[in-house]
Amino acid sequence: MSRAIAVTGIGAVTPLGVGAKQLIDRWCKGEDGFAADGVGRCDCFDPADYLSKRQVRRADRFVQLAIVAADEAIRDAGWDRGMPFDPFRVACVLGTGIGGVGTMETLIGAYRDRGPAACSPLGIPLSIANCAAATIAMRHGLRGHCSATVSACAAGADAVAHGVRLIRAGEADAAVVGGSEAALSDFCRAAFRNMGATSSSGVCRPFEARRDGFVMGEGAGVLVLEDEQAAVGGGATVLARLAGIGTTSDAFHLTAPDPSGGAAAQAIKIALADARVSAADVDYVNAHGTGTPLNDASETQALKTALGRHAWEVPVSSAKSAIGHLLGGAGAVEAVATISAMREGVAPPTLHYEIPDEALDLDYVALGPRPIATNGSRRVVISNSFGFGGHNVVLVFTDT
Amino acid sequence: MSSTDTQQIVEQRIYEILDTFGVDSSAMRRDATFADLEIDSLDLVELAQIVEEEYGVQLTSEDAAKLETLGQAVDLIASRMP
Repeated sequence: MSRAIAVTGIGAVTPLGVGAKQLIDRWCKGEDGFAADGVGRCDCFDPADYLSKRQVRRADRFVQLAIVAADEAIRDAGWDRGMPFDPFRVACVLGTGIGGVGTMETLIGAYRDRGPAACSPLGIPLSIANCAAATIAMRHGLRGHCSATVSACAAGADAVAHGVRLIRAGEADAAVVGGSEAALSDFCRAAFRNMGATSSSGVCRPFEARRDGFVMGEGAGVLVLEDEQAAVGGGATVLARLAGIGTTSDAFHLTAPDPSGGAAAQAIKIALADARVSAADVDYVNAHGTGTPLNDASETQALKTALGRHAWEVPVSSAKSAIGHLLGGAGAVEAVATISAMREGVAPPTLHYEIPDEALDLDYVALGPRPIATNGSRRVVISNSFGFGGHNVVLVFTDT
Repeated sequence: MSSTDTQQIVEQRIYEILDTFGVDSSAMRRDATFADLEIDSLDLVELAQIVEEEYGVQLTSEDAAKLETLGQAVDLIASRMP
């Protein structure tokens, strides 16, 4: 019998504010975090409010966001009153899609303008993809396995899945997992725009007829996972059980999802089987829902394939309509939002949804939040994350 | 300009740079060690880059390895100034 995994802490910094509660409360109120220039920026986040000048200087923005989300999750788990585990038994896995691209851009600018002698020695350590995981491990003395997942827009969810595997394998008793991204520079925005991925209207309308791409966002989400027996024994508050994970690859294209959604559907099926629940048990789907024409069509198809008739009955909504696409942070932030939604018993709405796309005929929670109906004795919710390159990660959470 | 003046100017500038690094200004004294101020080898390389750009004084990694206190760094830089 594999070890059950409890989520005992959550934290998030998103365009809707600092804190996991801000995220769910404001999303359910129908507010979005998009700035006037058409991106989801964490405007209310000033790193100086949380970090010393030295810490700010030695962390790219994607790491700063991750540190603050991790601090919240660790406080939420009660670890600030004393680490309940042998530090060598606590893993730390943080995903990112791109890493410290802001730092790298500055470094390249200095090199181009002033030559090799101007390259800061902090340039590489601040921009490599693992530095969020390393910095959080240093900050909290986490001395077990520590690494980064790098699987584009599925990286945050992949980090969560990796934490589950480490605990199940007996390599760790607990894990601090999540994802982070801060890639809203002019360079990144131009590159995504020229790929045809981002919305030219500046409005993220997942699953809607007028959807024309995603809105870029920044932010971080972190979860504390614990072996459930240890968590309960230690008196921790269990926020959710992380009951199942499923990961597959489209093996199809650099950026486009497989239109059949076959591999994404398989990831959902694997995750549900792992959680020992059936398709009909699913009470809420937190979709990847980017607002691109291709994703939302293939994801809808994947849900139909995986859930069968139940796909038309279950509420499906996308946090990206409220915060944008946090890339490597998305999967973790959306896991946090999914847990919050389950705990509050509310399916948050897909914002900006007015005109249905006739080909996409599921229930996208268009008219505002509503209670999650529970089919069985416990709530079952899933969060989908799909990344450029065909990475599919599905997480299943239950309330008991 | 006397060598004392030069030393004072350099000392002041080093303190300004270290302030941007996040070092507590009340801890900055000539006899403060880099270890006490939590200035590591990466910070020292950045400090040396700024010194070279502003004063034209090169500090090698061998130089940096021998420096223990702020005062030693100030004296070395001042002694090499043209």
